[in-house]
Amino acid sequence: MTSLPALPSGRKLGLVIDLDICVGCHACAVSCKEWNAGGHSAPLTDFDPYGSDATGVWFNRIHSFEAGEGADARAIHFPKSCLHCETPDCVTVCPTGASYKRAEDGIVLVNADICIGCKLCAWACPYGAREFDADDGVMKKCTLCIDRIYNENLEEVDRVPACVSVCPVGARHFGDLGDSNSPVSQLVASRGGYDLMPELGYRPVNKYLPPRPRKTEPGCTGAPAALAPTEDDFNGAGLLLRWMDRLLSR
Amino acid sequence: MKFNPLATVVEKIDTSPKVSDEVKCTTCFMCACRCGIKVHLSDGAIRYIEGNKAHPVNRGVLCAKGLAGIMTQYSPARLNKPLLRVGERGTGEFKEIEWDEAMTLATDWLAAIRANDPRKLAFFTGRDQSQALTGWWASQFGTPNYAAHGGFCSVNMAAAGMYTIGGSFWEFGEADFDHTKYFLLFGVAEDHSSNPLKIGLGKLKKRGAKIVSINPVRTGYSAIADEWIGIRPGTDGLFVAALIHELLRADRVDFDYLVRYTNAPWLVIDAPGTEKDGLIARDEAGNPLCWLPDMKISANALLADMRPALVGQYTLTNGTKVVPSFELIARRFLDRQYAPNAVADRVGVPADTIRRIAAELAHAAFEQQIELDIPWTDWAGRRYTKTVGRPVSMHAMRGISAHANGFHTCRLIHLLQIFLGSIDSPGGFRYRPPYPKSVPPSTRPCGGADQVLAGLPMEGAPLGFPQGPEDLLVDATGRPLRIDKAYSWEAPLAAHGLLQMVVHNAWKGDPYKIDTLFLFMANMSWNSSMNTAGTMAMLSARDSATGEYAIPHLIVADAYYSEIVSYADLVLPDTTYLERHDCISLLDRPISDADGAADAIRQPVVQATRDVRPFQDVLLDLGARLKLSALVNTDGTPRYPGGYADYMVNHERQPGFGLLAGWRGVNGGDYGRGVNNPRQLDAYIANGCFWRHELEPSQRYYKHANKGYLEWAVRMGFVASAEPIIMQLYCEPLQRFRLAARGHGNVLPPARDRSRIEAYFDPVPMWYAPFEGELVPEGEFPLHAVTQRPMALYHSWGSHNAWLRQIHGDNRLYIQRATAMRLSLADGDWVWVISHHGRIKAPVALVDGVNPDTVWTWNAIARRAGAWNLAPDSPEAKRGFMLNHVISELLPPQADGLRYANADPVTGQAAWYDLRVRLEKADPKEAGEAAPRFVPVRRMPGLMEPPGILRYGAGFHSDPGAGAR
Repeated sequence: MTSLPALPSGRKLGLVIDLDICVGCHACAVSCKEWNAGGHSAPLTDFDPYGSDATGVWFNRIHSFEAGEGADARAIHFPKSCLHCETPDCVTVCPTGASYKRAEDGIVLVNADICIGCKLCAWACPYGAREFDADDGVMKKCTLCIDRIYNENLEEVDRVPACVSVCPVGARHFGDLGDSNSPVSQLVASRGGYDLMPELGYRPVNKYLPPRPRKTEPGCTGAPAALAPTEDDFNGAGLLLRWMDRLLSR
Repeated sequence: MKFNPLATVVEKIDTSPKVSDEVKCTTCFMCACRCGIKVHLSDGAIRYIEGNKAHPVNRGVLCAKGLAGIMTQYSPARLNKPLLRVGERGTGEFKEIEWDEAMTLATDWLAAIRANDPRKLAFFTGRDQSQALTGWWASQFGTPNYAAHGGFCSVNMAAAGMYTIGGSFWEFGEADFDHTKYFLLFGVAEDHSSNPLKIGLGKLKKRGAKIVSINPVRTGYSAIADEWIGIRPGTDGLFVAALIHELLRADRVDFDYLVRYTNAPWLVIDAPGTEKDGLIARDEAGNPLCWLPDMKISANALLADMRPALVGQYTLTNGTKVVPSFELIARRFLDRQYAPNAVADRVGVPADTIRRIAAELAHAAFEQQIELDIPWTDWAGRRYTKTVGRPVSMHAMRGISAHANGFHTCRLIHLLQIFLGSIDSPGGFRYRPPYPKSVPPSTRPCGGADQVLAGLPMEGAPLGFPQGPEDLLVDATGRPLRIDKAYSWEAPLAAHGLLQMVVHNAWKGDPYKIDTLFLFMANMSWNSSMNTAGTMAMLSARDSATGEYAIPHLIVADAYYSEIVSYADLVLPDTTYLERHDCISLLDRPISDADGAADAIRQPVVQATRDVRPFQDVLLDLGARLKLSALVNTDGTPRYPGGYADYMVNHERQPGFGLLAGWRGVNGGDYGRGVNNPRQLDAYIANGCFWRHELEPSQRYYKHANKGYLEWAVRMGFVASAEPIIMQLYCEPLQRFRLAARGHGNVLPPARDRSRIEAYFDPVPMWYAPFEGELVPEGEFPLHAVTQRPMALYHSWGSHNAWLRQIHGDNRLYIQRATAMRLSLADGDWVWVISHHGRIKAPVALVDGVNPDTVWTWNAIARRAGAWNLAPDSPEAKRGFMLNHVISELLPPQADGLRYANADPVTGQAAWYDLRVRLEKADPKEAGEAAPRFVPVRRMPGLMEPPGILRYGAGFHSDPGAGAR
């Protein structure tokens, strides 16, 4: 019911998230919460914050789980926010035009003024990236920090989403994924970045970088599988003799 | 707005809203990391907090805790006014009083103590970061009964490091993340230092360096390691010993490094049965001796350019038989008991893996040696054109520390680094100034019988580094002189005290009764105690003879309604970290990095609107009211009327040296040493609230032997002389204690302690099985149980943070799938976790990433109902559980009935990772609630009603029509 931009600009702003180095520290999630609590979609309401069932609006959440078996088994920390898809049903399903995708940079936003809180977009989003604020009665979501990335009151270096600027391990990158020469596109190309659930056909802009091959096999660092002992017995007599002659200068 | 469904609505977005009115820099205190932050203020309220990009600790990044600081600042758990207890301890019944009354009361109690026996004040701090003040204050008061929380934190890491390399892990050193090629991470390390370690791990991953995590639990940093080694808890030392065995057997040890920088060539006296046995042979001037085979003579081992022997038996001209210390060490670890095959089962790591790791370490250190184009000059004036590095580094913290064998295990890790020649080399573990210091530092603990005098200050600091039995704080019969028994025969090298034993000992009157326990930010009735329920009972226990509380007075200073507050007789409400001055001093726990020295301040960025005072101001005021000589002028007026900010600038520890190193001198032109500068804090604030001096490239590596660095360190007051700092593989001070256990010397251990001292004061690093596992039947308690705090809460003060508690609101007991299957446990079942000490009830979750003989959980999620102004039915109070309840502060009784502290026998470090348990499935009727649970504490007078809906930030939006409706 809501159209996607007829003439997209070709710019596709989004995030590249490196699952090889995310330690699951939640800095990005709280940074997002903190900035956006007073930002474009303010507030990010918290319900029963000191009670038995504290819940709140969070645009970025970290899912921690285990995957794989045996030597491939891993603990995964998976940050997830709106992927700013190229063909998102969360926009087209919107009955009022509140949910929309910007032509100029591809960011998917909600116009709170005309959102009727029907939650159809949340049902349409397979990634669970929509966040309903029951107190405001409107749907909210990641804005890619639209009030930071163009903000002339911030230094240029700070004009990135709040989640990107704080990541201690440097697992989050921001840029134009519509430009194949951009650093983020190059990163995706070199690291085999992938779409989350591409089979659904929404063409997410955000990409995830898979874990790098891990160095666990013998020889992985160039070292032998074991050191060769200089002698077979364990009393060390031969070694001690050898070291007797090893005089090094202080 | 009117809505026309046929029109296309174009949203007008302000993409350049005003961000804030004002930005103030300060230092974060949401954990122990001390990151630089910029606080953005809008109409006086905090719009947001971000990392300071110029700051040496965090370089602009920030963690979940620091970013959630807003919610701690505006927490409904904040205390509002001084409080006097009116009900029983532990119930939360208080009345509000004025500051004058509170201070008069505290002064009266303390003045009476000081006039009679200053020891009867026990002053302990928890997550405090102002020990340069608090320790000094305790000395001025005259009590030795002072420490912070290191006894249950990581004193093993500090002590083992200071007695081995003159520095330590913790935040006092760091891996050279820019150059290292192989990184070993032992145990839980998410605690210190939080952001620098994450920044470093990110660098390693991007450079392709290999990360190996040795940890029973695969979470956090282990999740991104190339290799996770799910070791059995408490066996890390054995694993490291096997690595050392492999290196020695293959002759892959950096002998050049050993000869130059360590006491490996020093001669050890071989005279069994005598008072000299095992001591270092010295010349008449006290210099250690080495043996020169070329000349067949002994010589002063401190001289340059000699070629000393590392092995062999020699006889000095006086007939003394000697052997180089290296030979003693090599003989121990060449033994087949440390072969990978011999240890594999016990550590739970295949022998092939141990052999491979050893080979990879040797390969990285010796085949991938790096050279930096940095010329430098060593202590003897010898110039090198390049700086050579062995790019292997290691990090360890409480995962190693919180075992009864943690001191020796940490020494083993340092031994491994030293054998690889990597410490303070490019790519290795590097010291952060003011470290390295002499091994160990020369300060001895003060508090002996002749040093504690009624009405007078102590002449030294309560904490220090004993070099032998004569430095212990014991009476003529060997009984402890400190309330926590630190520096007694039960914990001789207790460099951080034993906070975990204070309540127990004070309640029991062992070694004596005290009058007042004064706590700051130390949650002893909850997650900072072992035997928590027992500790709560001790705090409220009464003396049967007098009817008075066994601990007569309890003063608590805290900013929030933590669990301990409800036990206080008198509550002195503190400000938040954003409302006060603080000092992150080089005299305490500095924020230096390996390339530079740094310190920092906090400044008030918002004004407290409650009737609260900064704790440090209160302490200085209390000192002035008590007329402590260093805290008053000759006319009796307060010496520091401007509070802590005044003290930070105007107090001198020695002439020219104060708490802050930056901008000293009349015009602020000096650093390190210089007269006080009245404009010093302005200079800090103008610089983002920190000061940093970057070392010249030639001063940055091999600091222990680097002439340029050492001469600078002398000028800074870090070390007494520019002599090289020699790493002590062989720890002679330990042998001095051991000789006492054998009956030599004037200060002898009581008979009951002798075999223990003999066993664990081995000057050569060793491994032994943790005590609890040895003292309880393995069949009855087959599982290890360990805890850690999640990264989003590590070292944060409280679960009252509205955002963080949404991330971690309750906890589960994680168990390996196969183990769970064996015990017929399914996800979500409730179990009883039973130790020799007690039992708790907890919900389980099944995982793969944990050692099969180990269960674990997140620590300190659980809260006592009613504390922190959380709803009594909050998940933290209802489902949250703590292992603290099943960990005893005492070991199980020995055969003779004696119960030692559940601690490392060398340092007194609480051994809370030694816990052994069994699981029993709870009856389905028992599911749903954790046990034990306690009577809810009442809400304090003055605490705000927590909001049901929190719309923080709504007021900041520039378009009130949009968000803030």
